[in-house]
Amino acid sequence: MLPFERLVQAMDNWAAAHPDVPVTIQYGSGVYKPRHAQGFVMTTAAQYRQLVAEAQLFVAHAGMGSIITAIEAGKPLLMLARLQALGEHNTDHQVWTSQSIGSRPGLYVATDEHDLVATIDRLLASGAAVPAPISPTASPELIGNIRKFIAGSRKH
Amino acid sequence: MPAQKPIRLLAIASGGGHWVQLLRMRSAWDDCDVTYASVHASSADDVPGKRYVNFVDVSRRSLWRVPIVVAQMLWLVLRVRPQVIVTTGAMPPLLALVLGRLIGARTLWIDSIANSERLSGSGEIARRFAHQVITQWPGLSHGEDPAYWGSVL
Repeated sequence: MLPFERLVQAMDNWAAAHPDVPVTIQYGSGVYKPRHAQGFVMTTAAQYRQLVAEAQLFVAHAGMGSIITAIEAGKPLLMLARLQALGEHNTDHQVWTSQSIGSRPGLYVATDEHDLVATIDRLLASGAAVPAPISPTASPELIGNIRKFIAGSRKH
Repeated sequence: MPAQKPIRLLAIASGGGHWVQLLRMRSAWDDCDVTYASVHASSADDVPGKRYVNFVDVSRRSLWRVPIVVAQMLWLVLRVRPQVIVTTGAMPPLLALVLGRLIGARTLWIDSIANSERLSGSGEIARRFAHQVITQWPGLSHGEDPAYWGSVL
């Protein structure tokens, strides 16, 4: 798993300043290991979903896996985009994602690691909105079009 | 008229958002003979009762793994012999799509909803090889290449 040490360090520092709040971090293959928060390199899909479901607030990179998991679980998500300039990803698509999708209710975007911790404090103090429930499947339009495409293989 | 045999379909994606998006489309191929493939062994739990194959991921940071991935993808398509390949990316599934097309599969590339500004690099390459490339953002569609067919959200 691609490391995102800027986020891991910011959250570990936040955990140090808030010893009364349990913080769990999946930190991937980075060099920095959390010292104050609990953590692991990577968990299973099932345990990951369970941790999100049990959390008060979910903090993650601006990746679609995290976003869809948060929406499906109905949990507020605060995200920090990986930046190409810092070597955190090979493009800036997470910046685009946070702009194009981050405005949905229950999703919050931090501009940098300082804004991240300030936003956590604000959301925990005043309560965060939760994402609106969505269907477990993609739009009927998309499903129908893919079905037609698959059926097209009969003609070949 | 005798019942038709189900279509053999390979639904393949890298980890994280690629896999989560693929799962949201699975009702499109629920009547197919489907094999799923992704990069974490625990992803098999997401598709109970279905065939699941694990593969080693590769990114631009671990290009030394490319020969391993090519061998895995070749083995996968020769074993599954899919009539249809559906993928949400990224790089290893692109290889599976190209190799699958060579053995006659009908191939669909669904570019990730993360790519709202422009098509992914792999998606651009897929435009040369796939029967159909689709984007999940209407503004990125150019008629049929890439087409907009709706989105996973």
